[in-house]
Amino acid sequence: MMMTTTSSLLSPCSLLPSQGPNRQTQWKRHEKRQFSRKVAVSGVVRAGFELKPPPYPLDALEPHMSRETLDYHWGKHHKTYVENLNKQILGTDLDGLSLEEVVLLSYNRGNMLPVFNNAAQAWNHEFFWESIQPGGGGKPSGDLLRLIERDFGSFDDFVERFKAAASSNFGSGWTWLAYKANRLDVANAVNPLPKEEDKKLVIVKTPNAVNPLVWDYSVILMLLCFAQNRRVEYINTFMEKLVSWETVSTRLESAMARAAQREQEGSDTEDEEKPDEEEPEVYLDDASEEVD
Amino acid sequence: YPLDALEPHMSKQTLEFHWGKHHRAYVDNLKKQVLGSELEGKPLEHIIQNTYNNGDLLPPFNNAAQAWNHEFFWESMKPGGGGKPSGELLALLERDFTSYEKFYDEFNAAAATQFGAGWAWLAYADNKLKVVKTPNAVNPLVLGSFPLLTIDVWEHAYYLDFQNRRPDYIKTFMNNLVSWEAVSSRLEAAKAASS
Repeated sequence: MMMTTTSSLLSPCSLLPSQGPNRQTQWKRHEKRQFSRKVAVSGVVRAGFELKPPPYPLDALEPHMSRETLDYHWGKHHKTYVENLNKQILGTDLDGLSLEEVVLLSYNRGNMLPVFNNAAQAWNHEFFWESIQPGGGGKPSGDLLRLIERDFGSFDDFVERFKAAASSNFGSGWTWLAYKANRLDVANAVNPLPKEEDKKLVIVKTPNAVNPLVWDYSVILMLLCFAQNRRVEYINTFMEKLVSWETVSTRLESAMARAAQREQEGSDTEDEEKPDEEEPEVYLDDASEEVD
Repeated sequence: YPLDALEPHMSKQTLEFHWGKHHRAYVDNLKKQVLGSELEGKPLEHIIQNTYNNGDLLPPFNNAAQAWNHEFFWESMKPGGGGKPSGELLALLERDFTSYEKFYDEFNAAAATQFGAGWAWLAYADNKLKVVKTPNAVNPLVLGSFPLLTIDVWEHAYYLDFQNRRPDYIKTFMNNLVSWEAVSSRLEAAKAASS
């Protein structure tokens, strides 16, 4: 099942006390992706997100990413985020929302609510597993390749810059390829690049659990960077042997369709949102340092 | 201490990677960065203070601070460490945290909840002890306090021995590794420096 990025805007409701006077938003409840109710033996009703397995067996990425890594990274780390998230939201207002909704709501303009880290990490990891595939790597094609060439000069230039961003992302975080459609009317989030042209591909670095959804970017690819030692080798292997360009292409199509749909929906939606202080570290130039 | 001296609490393999590769890389990269600049030849603490830039970090900061942090970390532990502090240090801990156990819990919680990469510290400022947690390479020097103790909670510090079980790592550190002598000496130095 393809991961879709959210396109709905969140309406004023009890969850969002401060929305401003001219905001035109619409509430759209998504089909609750991965929502299940389980009744435990004791009769207590539990709701929650499921830990979705990667779309391939755990050893299918060998020798580039070992089964052991998948066992730990998916089977323990990712699993823990999902379990802790479920515990945190049980019985709260967030219970029953889609994962994207929880992420967006709990980002809270950078002043994250406690549930954010687990929610975003759950989302990020699922997106990550779907970004790679056995026999991955190679080159993209079609629209995706065209846009990459348009926005980065060439595929090779894109790869260089993506790798440099991933190597220089200090500490824990992620590096993304995202599709930025210039819309500012997003509740509870801030568009950090109001002056950039519309509808282009950008490389974005984020720390810890943050992801570009919170700035209403459509993410189409990302790379997890927590490891330090030999990170460069890992990044090379990811690009050459693991990345799933088919998935990225599909996500791009969705992103472009959403952007087009929003445009149709109107220029009557307000767009001025005073940007916050918070600025993401958007990678635009050559890496200044290679740390670790 | 030798690289295997902290076993079984922290493996030789961890020391070989963490000190031998990670820490080393920070030092090597820092040297390259300051070569030919006005920071070359300056003490490490000077470089850290001058590149912190109120949080808008200049490029050498991460490597410099990480080099400092790691040295401080190795010296915060010893073979046969753990147990309880004593003397002046214990008195101050009891004064500022009510009890050693309360301090232990607070330090533990800080280390466990520093999301992503970072450090937890016992620090001294304005004649008070406090627990501080910092992200990435930040340390209490740039926040105006004297570091007394630290635990590295970047994943590379505990992954080989504990995988994702950070709480177990923290407990092991507190119970079996921390060098209270080092912390006490640092406290004395901090008090002397502030008077």
